[in-house]
Amino acid sequence: MGTGSVVPPLIHFAQLEKVLNHARANSLWPLTFGLACCAIEMMAAAGPKYDLDRFGAGVFRASPRQADVMIVAGTVTHKMAETVKRLYLQMPAPKWVIAMGNCAISGGPFKLDDINYSVVEGADQIVPVDIYVPGCPPRPEALIEAFLQLEAKISGVRRFPEAPVVELPKIPTETT
Amino acid sequence: MISEITLIRTLLSILGITVVVGVNAIFVVWFERKVAGHMQYRLGPTEVGPAGLLQTVADGLKLVSKQIIFPQSADKPIFILAPIICLVPVFIALVPVPFSATWQAHELDVGLLLVIALGLLNTLGILLAGWGCDNKYALLGASRAVAQILAYKIPLLLCILPIILLSGSFSLREIVLVQEQSTWFALYQPVGFLIYLIAITLETNRSPFDFAEAESELVAGFHTEYSGMMFSLFFLAEYTYMLVASAIAAILFLGGWLGPFLPGPVWMLLKIYFFLFLMMWFRWTFPRVRVDQMLSFGWKILLPISLLNFLITAGVMAAL
Repeated sequence: MGTGSVVPPLIHFAQLEKVLNHARANSLWPLTFGLACCAIEMMAAAGPKYDLDRFGAGVFRASPRQADVMIVAGTVTHKMAETVKRLYLQMPAPKWVIAMGNCAISGGPFKLDDINYSVVEGADQIVPVDIYVPGCPPRPEALIEAFLQLEAKISGVRRFPEAPVVELPKIPTETT
Repeated sequence: MISEITLIRTLLSILGITVVVGVNAIFVVWFERKVAGHMQYRLGPTEVGPAGLLQTVADGLKLVSKQIIFPQSADKPIFILAPIICLVPVFIALVPVPFSATWQAHELDVGLLLVIALGLLNTLGILLAGWGCDNKYALLGASRAVAQILAYKIPLLLCILPIILLSGSFSLREIVLVQEQSTWFALYQPVGFLIYLIAITLETNRSPFDFAEAESELVAGFHTEYSGMMFSLFFLAEYTYMLVASAIAAILFLGGWLGPFLPGPVWMLLKIYFFLFLMMWFRWTFPRVRVDQMLSFGWKILLPISLLNFLITAGVMAAL
């Protein structure tokens, strides 16, 4: 079961839960919910070029009652934090959270220790986060990778082979 | 006393209708997502099963296994009853629908009347859903659905009436058999056919007339508070209702199972899915109209035209 389960099951049916977990992993409906510029990339990920609907994750539900995944896409301010928390609580279990972008991970460019008065430093301060997607903003491919990792987390099976690790070319440091 | 044959026939019919409803929902949801994808220059579901065909199965299993949330202030009996009232009538509405000259659950003299009457119960389910969950968006969506019913139901009936005049029967099977003698009624009644197409789009709450749901205005309309299995019942009802409305359209206007070369049920299914595709085409190409635009369109344009169509048909039939 995902995070946010209300009651642990009395009896475990291993095979049934396996099947259900595969079903859950293959139909992750996100909540139509964007806070800042990362939401634009989220929309692009659902659009023609990247198409989240290929893995069944393209059904953006406007009502939290019908959503499985909350994508915290953008800067969480203290004023908005209440709403984010409430939307998370309104979702039925099992539910998952993806923190998209640097702001949702740690406050990003707004993490200014003494003078920041308005920004929550990371969505994980208010809701339990399953997957973190770094980037400012992350590209749609990064969000797709987040969905693939969430699927792997739920069902234990990864959909596509992992991307090969590419050695970055060494940037010559300037010597003065 | 019911005879053994009747009993077996009834059981088989129930089984057949359940299978038709289930398979239709699984196929149509996948088809809709594919159509939506390709109309938006995407691919739609491709990864879950071959060509994404298992997508709806995964969705269904997930919805069944999700938590059902009852809002604290909801009227619990009404809240539970609403999706059932939405779904059960469409099951019954499939009873008099003939899929070929012999493939029919039960032949009724008043099959058409039964289907029309059961279609109204769908709106009752939506009203109960909106009222029972004590949510302002749901109530607004439900009230829109009730306002809408008057705007489309009268033109719908007025464009079915000429068909009854032409065929002289309320039985769906008889209507097709009359078309076997003459030709498709869509050729006699082109105006009625167009109005019927618009009216069934309204009747099944499909975009451009999906006011009861209206995602961008009312969150999710009348099923805002429904989660898990209860929400999927609403979806099952909607897609089954689309099937019934398309089947009636095929029977009334396109000659039901009649067609060359292929067997009857195949023609019937081809015609039904042609109408379903048409409704999906509407949904993914037209933006939603405003509520007042729809109401004035229904009352000021659809109603007079369908009334005129009916009077002209009656006049011509009386003259001949």
